[in-house]
Amino acid sequence: MSAVAVVVFPGSNCEHDVVRALRGLGGDARLVWHGDESLGDASAVVLPGGFAHGDYLRPGAIARFSPIMAAVAEFAAGGGPVVGICNGFQVLTEAGLLPGALRRNTGLRFVCETVTCTVVSSRSVLTSGVAPGTRLALPINHGEGNFTCDPATLAELESSGQVVLRYEGNPNGSVAAVAGVANAQGNVVGLMPHPERASAGLLGSDDGLVLLRSLLDSAADGALSGRSRGAAAR
Amino acid sequence: MGRDAPRDGARRVGLVRFDVHVEVRGLEGIADPEGQTIERALPALGFRGVDSVHVGKVVRFVLDAPDGESARATAEEMCARLLANPVIERAEVTVVPAAAPQPVAGS
Repeated sequence: MSAVAVVVFPGSNCEHDVVRALRGLGGDARLVWHGDESLGDASAVVLPGGFAHGDYLRPGAIARFSPIMAAVAEFAAGGGPVVGICNGFQVLTEAGLLPGALRRNTGLRFVCETVTCTVVSSRSVLTSGVAPGTRLALPINHGEGNFTCDPATLAELESSGQVVLRYEGNPNGSVAAVAGVANAQGNVVGLMPHPERASAGLLGSDDGLVLLRSLLDSAADGALSGRSRGAAAR
Repeated sequence: MGRDAPRDGARRVGLVRFDVHVEVRGLEGIADPEGQTIERALPALGFRGVDSVHVGKVVRFVLDAPDGESARATAEEMCARLLANPVIERAEVTVVPAAAPQPVAGS
């Protein structure tokens, strides 16, 4: 069975956590170096958290030019599930695979805490198995997670179910307290919270597992259908 | 090797050296928490009358190009593709002929 490809950039630091959490759910996952040009037969892609290329210039600004990103864009265009967590979310916005941008947190603080998020939409590969309204305790850990976009884009995201996750409270100043967004097809998702760090009761929460399980299910669906359709989740 | 020295050493024939100065700022209307924090800090040090503080970044480099117009066009393309994120930032490009001819090794 094909595996979830977890991309390692220089400066990534959550890749092993993601692999471990996915394997704990019975999924297969492997690391892929950012300098590679192929994802092989990957069933899904995760861009993990960290500080790719030291966050130089802007978080994700350099990583989007890594050789693997052409393959990630092609995989996404074919409907393949792509999830960016934290720094991975920043990379996806810089690459233009997701709308908006992530700016310095309001208050200029690096925030590191467990927050409560609400699933807003099931129309994404990461939330397809989770009912809207479900509340999840998820850790956040970032200095630049302040999601922003222009009002017209926000209205479009809201009306089309592309806002998939929202903070209760607003730890970083994001517009409309957005914690995660998807592209129009729902197969590319970015979120600032770390589901892989909420993967066992011992870690304080295992609420991230429902998200990762949705991803594995979407990956399996895509593998079955040969991934010819545009949207992996509806 | 100094970071100011051109990497390839020699300038290509027919090209002129320009100093390029790119100032990247947040788009109007987008909150600038760094600027706001500095704006609050300055009065605490006794500076009066400060308003509209904005924090950006500056990227400076030298660029060899046929003329000023093409140097500017190249720099603006750099801004669009890498130096600024158009969703949240705008860039202002200043291009001037390099201050003094620099001795170039091997020519």
